[in-house]
Amino acid sequence: MKLTQNDVDHVAKLARLDLTQEEEEKLAVELSSILDYAATLQEVDLDEVQPMHGVHVGQTMMRIDVCKPSLPQEVVLHNAPEAEEDQFKVPPIWEG
Amino acid sequence: MIDFRKGLRALQKALQQGEVTPQDLVLHSLTTIEEQDSVIQAFLRTESHVAKQRAQVVTSTVTTREDNVLAGIPYALKDNMCYEGVETTCASKILAGYIPPHTATAAHRLDHAGGILIGKVNLDEFAMGSTTENSAYFSTHNPWHPDYVPGGSSGGSAAAVAAGMVPYALGSDTGGSIRQPASFCGVVGLKPTYGRVSRFGLVSYASSLDQIGPITNSVEDAAIVLSAIAGFDERDATCANVPVDDYVGALTGDVKGLRIGVAAELMGEGIDERVRNAVQKAIDLLQSLGATVVPIHLPHLSYAIATYYLIAPAEASSNLARFDGVRYGYRAPQADNLLSMYSKTRSAGFGDEVKRRILLGTYALSSGYYDAYYKRAQQMRTLIAQDFQQAYEHVDVIVAPTSPVLPFRLGEASDDPVTNYLIDICTIPVNLAGLPAISVPCDVVEGLPVGLQIIGNMFDEATILRVADTYEKHSPFAALREAKWGGAAQ
Repeated sequence: MKLTQNDVDHVAKLARLDLTQEEEEKLAVELSSILDYAATLQEVDLDEVQPMHGVHVGQTMMRIDVCKPSLPQEVVLHNAPEAEEDQFKVPPIWEG
Repeated sequence: MIDFRKGLRALQKALQQGEVTPQDLVLHSLTTIEEQDSVIQAFLRTESHVAKQRAQVVTSTVTTREDNVLAGIPYALKDNMCYEGVETTCASKILAGYIPPHTATAAHRLDHAGGILIGKVNLDEFAMGSTTENSAYFSTHNPWHPDYVPGGSSGGSAAAVAAGMVPYALGSDTGGSIRQPASFCGVVGLKPTYGRVSRFGLVSYASSLDQIGPITNSVEDAAIVLSAIAGFDERDATCANVPVDDYVGALTGDVKGLRIGVAAELMGEGIDERVRNAVQKAIDLLQSLGATVVPIHLPHLSYAIATYYLIAPAEASSNLARFDGVRYGYRAPQADNLLSMYSKTRSAGFGDEVKRRILLGTYALSSGYYDAYYKRAQQMRTLIAQDFQQAYEHVDVIVAPTSPVLPFRLGEASDDPVTNYLIDICTIPVNLAGLPAISVPCDVVEGLPVGLQIIGNMFDEATILRVADTYEKHSPFAALREAKWGGAAQ
């Protein structure tokens, strides 16, 4: 699997990462080599095999649905890079 | 004279007999860190004020709770575990300044037992790496030889224990991150069964693989710490509601009749001959103590690395989406709109390896590639887990090297990611299957420690602790360790 710089750019957009031209070039090579290695999984016939999503899946227990106190608002906002009027503040979502 | 390497029982005895106080232990820890950490660089930060206050609070519990070994004894936390009021960075710039409002259940249980947090220790950023060189802050050095890496990602935890700065530490293990640094630093590291210890308060890397466990000076100490942190927690839906065994009581010192599986796939090609020889000697010793050695096969093992490096990055790409500069941590300045703030924050906040894994995972989950990569990896994971289950029909434990290579020098890791990923071959299959495993030192080669890995069946920590403890009591390592550190015999 050869990833192009365009592929890397596309995935970076999905992952909300800005990459420099240099990073894209380097990552295209590195990710291609990892995916080449991962291609060994294509050797095996896995059609009849169930995927394993995790360990003990199906054994996890539901918690009793009881309301408990939440963290106080000031505690939640304490780590916010920017907060105003008891809310997280972010740059404009739409421009103009 | 306080020596943390003598183990938790010795410290408990000294506390109970009034030879030392918790304050003395805290001061000894802080002094040792001050003396040694300029070279080792295990600690991202110490909490001397908090620790000294805690020492006073827990003093009264030391005499009254005889059964509680941990009361009044300091510990260190890998910096991907939250502790209320103490900065938690995951060794990433993106979490710089983050002060969690909550404490991880595992740390909370140590505190409940009278433990004293000394500080937070270094790791590869978000636990992604095997050398602790991926920390955004600094690299940690191996106490056996400061030119060498301590392993990773819990390299800070292993180095702090090996250097005698703390009696024990908690680490986390997603693909070997407790066991491999324990092996590199000549200490004991235990990855419990997936779900044995609550992950609440552990910053998630790959949620279906992550597990918290102890790094200690002895197998008995690992049993003591595991007893304190194991068990059901309603705040982690994946934490198992399975009874916790008596881990200390399980240390009978006897392996007679136990069946020990040895997989050709973990003792052959790709394993450094010096490591293989050390592990073979350990197997021979266990056999001489009455265990039966049974050859086993793990036919899908050669696919484990490819499987892991699709599943773990996929889960990471999802978990790390939360670091967006809105609720906590770093935010890039001067962004015109929300989307650009996200991208600028994440690009400046994450290091190279984290970006690589996020991109790999995003790709493996993206439209058109999900079935070819992520789903296939999950199907292979089923076969790898089945290989182990079939093996456990014939054996009680499986032994293998912890790392296929000896510790290497800082800066010596390859520029090629795949080459670096391959050194996780002995540990990764265990995480994929969700099994418990312990690394116990078995030899010193050219001045560097080698670890023996003992892998157990689901929730059977008791048996791997029993085998590891029996081995440790007869192992040549105790003498080699004493020669290295002096007067630190078990």
